[in-house]
Amino acid sequence: MSEPVALKLTAKDFKSDQEVRWCPGCGDYAILAAVQQFMPELNIPRERTVFVSGIGCSSRFPYYMNTYGMHSIHGRAPAIATGLSVSRPDLSVWVVTGDGDALSIGGNHLIHALRRNVNLKILLFNNRIYGLTKGQYSPTSEVGKITKSTPAGSADAPFNPLSLALGAEASFVGRTIDSDRKHLQSVLRAAAEHQGSAFVEIYQNCNIFNDGAFDQLKEPATRDDFLIRLEHGQPITFGKDGQFCVVHPPGGFGLEVRETASVRPEEIVVHNATVTDPAYAFALSRLPGLDLRNTPIGVFRSVDRPSYDSVVQDQVAAAKAAVTETPEQQLAGLLASGDTWTIR
Amino acid sequence: MTKQIRQLDRVVIRFAGDSGDGMQLTGDRFTSETAQLGNDISTLPNFPAEIRAPAGTLPGVSSFQVHFADYDILTPGDAPNVLVAMNPAALKANLADLPRGADIIVNTDEFTKRNLAKVGYQSSPLDDDSLAGYVVHPVALTSMTVGALAEQAVSKKDAERAKNMFALGLLSWMYSRPYESTLRFLERKFAKRPELVAANIAAFKAGWNFGETTDSFSVRYEVKPAKMLPGTYRNITGNAALSLGLVAAGVRSGLPVFLGAYPITPASDILHELSKHKRFGVVTMQAEDEIAAVGAALGASYGGSLGVTTTSGPGVALKSETISLAVALELPLVIVDVQRAGPSTGMPTKTEQADLNMALYGRHGEAPVAVIAPKSPSDCFHAAIEAARIALTYRTPVILLSDNYVANGSEPWLLPDVESLPDLRVEFATEPNGEDGTFLPYLRDPQTLARPWAIPGTPGLEHRIGGLEKADKTGDISYDPANHDFMVRTRAARIETIPVPDVEVEDPDGDARVLVLGWGSTYGPIGAACRGLRQRGLSVAQAHLRHLAPMPANLDEVLRSYDRVVIPEMNLGQLAHVIRARYLVDAIGYNQVRGLPFTAAELETMLEEVLKNV
Repeated sequence: MSEPVALKLTAKDFKSDQEVRWCPGCGDYAILAAVQQFMPELNIPRERTVFVSGIGCSSRFPYYMNTYGMHSIHGRAPAIATGLSVSRPDLSVWVVTGDGDALSIGGNHLIHALRRNVNLKILLFNNRIYGLTKGQYSPTSEVGKITKSTPAGSADAPFNPLSLALGAEASFVGRTIDSDRKHLQSVLRAAAEHQGSAFVEIYQNCNIFNDGAFDQLKEPATRDDFLIRLEHGQPITFGKDGQFCVVHPPGGFGLEVRETASVRPEEIVVHNATVTDPAYAFALSRLPGLDLRNTPIGVFRSVDRPSYDSVVQDQVAAAKAAVTETPEQQLAGLLASGDTWTIR
Repeated sequence: MTKQIRQLDRVVIRFAGDSGDGMQLTGDRFTSETAQLGNDISTLPNFPAEIRAPAGTLPGVSSFQVHFADYDILTPGDAPNVLVAMNPAALKANLADLPRGADIIVNTDEFTKRNLAKVGYQSSPLDDDSLAGYVVHPVALTSMTVGALAEQAVSKKDAERAKNMFALGLLSWMYSRPYESTLRFLERKFAKRPELVAANIAAFKAGWNFGETTDSFSVRYEVKPAKMLPGTYRNITGNAALSLGLVAAGVRSGLPVFLGAYPITPASDILHELSKHKRFGVVTMQAEDEIAAVGAALGASYGGSLGVTTTSGPGVALKSETISLAVALELPLVIVDVQRAGPSTGMPTKTEQADLNMALYGRHGEAPVAVIAPKSPSDCFHAAIEAARIALTYRTPVILLSDNYVANGSEPWLLPDVESLPDLRVEFATEPNGEDGTFLPYLRDPQTLARPWAIPGTPGLEHRIGGLEKADKTGDISYDPANHDFMVRTRAARIETIPVPDVEVEDPDGDARVLVLGWGSTYGPIGAACRGLRQRGLSVAQAHLRHLAPMPANLDEVLRSYDRVVIPEMNLGQLAHVIRARYLVDAIGYNQVRGLPFTAAELETMLEEVLKNV
C-alpha cells in the first residue's frame, strides 16, 4: 500500500457554518474545540467522517462539525450508527451522546453496540444532569441529588459508565475531562486508532444545572491528589508527590489505593490496558469514591477482538467471491430455485 | 382388486395432528407434489403459538389445509372435503369445519382412553354414531408404520415419527399425486442420516401401497391440471416471495439491501430467508430490539443502502419514533408489517388486518408515509419491489402491510422474467446544487419532490441532517413559523402526489350496482365470493387496493359509479373509515376479527343480502 496523501486539514476545516448554541461557559465548547483541533491529525477526509448523535445538549455536536452528520432521536444514535458503520466500512463513524441519552433511554443500544464491537467511536459527555430538559437528575447523578424532579433527593443509585461498558465487554474504554485538552486529545487518539468500539467517557461541566460537578478533578489544589493518570506500562502512582499508588490487596481481589511509602515498589500495579480479562479494568473503574477521590483517567482497556463490521463484511465478501454470474443471472437462478414446473 | 377412479375438479384436504406430528411438513410435501402435477393450489397453515403445547391437547393441534383444482382458485378453501386426523384432539378441533359427507382419515392408534380423556371425549367417537354423517376411514397409522419399518435400522421412536410419511403416501395414492419430488426432498432433508431417508421413504411407500391394497379405500381420485398461463412456476409462501422481492429490489437498484430485524412471529421467516442471500450483497442484522432494527436500517439507508426492517404490529409500534425521523430526514426506508391479531401480544399466529390505522396515522406530528399491501402470497414479491421503488424514488418510508394469511399461505407463482422487473436505479448526489458551490440538502426535485440523496463519502457535499425542523432548501435548523407550515405541507404533498396505478375494477357483466372494495389479503375470499355470485347470475363489481397511501387517483370516480360500496375487512372498519372520511361515501363495512381469513361462502351470503337490498 502506498503512503496516504497528507490532506493538510486544519481545525478550521472541521468548523461548520452553524452558530454554536450551547450556554456560555458550557464544557461542550471545550470538547468541540478539542475535537476540531484533533481531527486533522487522523488524516481522514472530511467526507469520510460522520458524527451521529441522539438527543440532549451534547447531541447538537454534529451540527458544528463540517463533516457528514446526523442529529437523530433520543438514545438511538448507537443503533443508527451501527447500520451505517456495518454497511459502510470505509467511513469513520463517531457517536456523540450524553449520560441521559446513552445510559437511560438508550442504554440497550449502547451495551449492544459495545458487545458487538461495532467500529464506532462513542464519546459520552457525562455531566451527571439533564441539561436540555432543564435540570432533572440523570442516571449518573449521585444518590440524594436534589433537582426539580427529585426535591427530596434522588432515590436511585447511579451507573458507573465505565463499569457498565466493561460489563458489556467493550474492547476499548477510556475516560477524560473536558478542560484538559491535551489529555482529551490523547484519549481520542487512542480511541481513533482502535479497531472496534471505543467508549470514551468525558467528564463535562454543566455550568447551569450542575456546576462544579468535577471541580475536585480540575482545581490545582486538589486535582493531583484526586486524579489517577493511567499510562500503559507505567506503575500506577499519583498525588502531588506520587504519594499514592494502586495495589492488588493481599488476600482480596480488585484494586486498592495505598500510600506509596507503605508498600514495596514491586507491589505497585503496572498499568496494562491490554489485559484480556475485563475484571482488571473493571477494578480500576471501581476506585473512585463518592467525592471523586481516586478517579482514574486515560485508557483503561484496549484489547483486540474482531469488529462486528469486519465479521459481517467478511461473510458477505466470502459469499460474493464464489459468484461468477451477473446479479440478474443470479436472481433468475434464485427465483427458479426449489421445486419448479413448467406449463407449455 | 381394481380401484375405481373418479374425476374431481377440486379438493380441499386438511392435515391435522399434534404440533410434533409434522403436519406442516406433510402439507408442504403434498402441496409440492400437487404443484408438480399442475393443479392450481392455495394453502393455509394453522398452528399454535406454543412450540410444543402438551401432547395430545386441543391447544397443541397444528393443521395445514391445501386446496387444489383443475381451474384457477383464489382461496385455500372454506371447508375441507378430507380431514386427516392424527389424534383425537385433531379430530375434535377440526370436526366443526367439515361438511357432512366429508372423508375423515383417523389414526386409530392414538384413540386411546387417555388421549380421548385429554380432549373430553367420554367415549371414542369412532365407536359411537357421532361421526355417522361422515365417511370415516380408520387406519392404524402408527402401528402400521412401525410394522413396515421393522426391518429398518431405526429406533421405535424414529419409526413412529415417520407416520406422517405413511399418511402422505396414502393421500398421495388417493389423489394420484407424483411423488418423486418428495423422495428427493427426504434424501436432502436427512442427507446426514441415511437410515432416516430409508425409513421415511419406506413409510411413504407403505402408505401408498396400503391405499392400493386395502378395502377401506375403494376409490382413487384424479384432479386434472389447471389451465394456467405458460411459463415456469414454483409454489411460494408470502414471506418467501416478499424476501425474494427485496433481493430483486437490491439487484434492480444496484444497491446493497440492509435488513435490520428483531425476531417476531409471523415475520421472522423473512429474516431467515434474507440471511441466506449474502452473495447478493444482502446484509442482515438481528438487532437487540425493534427500535435498533429500524434504526440500523435507517443508518444504512443514510449510507446508501436500501434499508429495510421487517416486523409485526407490536414491532411497528416500537419503531414509530424512528419512522418519524425517517419522514423528517426524507430517506428511503421499507418497513414490512406482517400483521397478526392484536392488541398487545394478541394471537401471534393468527391473521388480522388491524394495523392499517397505525400504518396511516401511528406517528407523532404530521408524519405521512406511503402504505401498500399485497393481495396474495405470490403478490408479496411484486409488492416488495413496489415498496422499494416508492422508497427509493421518493425518499420516503414505505410501510408494506402483509399479514399472517398471505405470509404463511402459498400458491403457484409464475416466475417473472428478471429483465421485465422495474428498473430501480437511483442517482446519488455528486455535485453541489446551490450557488457558489454550496450544497442544499433540502432542495427538491420538482417532479418527485425528493431531496438529493448525498451519501457520506461524497466530497464537497458534507452536510448535517436531523430530526429538528429543517429550513427549506438549506436544511438548517429552523423554528420559523412559515417554514414549518411549508415543510409540513410539503411532506404531505410528497406522499399525496406519488403517482400510483389506477385501481382496476372487475365487473365482467358491466351492470353491477354494488362494488366490493378490499385491500390486502382479503382479495382471494372476496374474489371467490364474487365469482360464486356471478355463476348464479348476479352482478357484482370487485376493486382491490394495493396502494393505501396515497390512494389511486381514480378511486373517487370508481366509488361514485356504484349504488353501494361494501368493504370487508379483518378489522372493525379501518379502511371503511378512511373511505367515508375522504370520499364522503356511505360505505358498508363487513368486519370480522376471529384471527381467520374470511370464507368465500360467508362473503357470498353477505353480498347476496346487500344485492337484494340495493
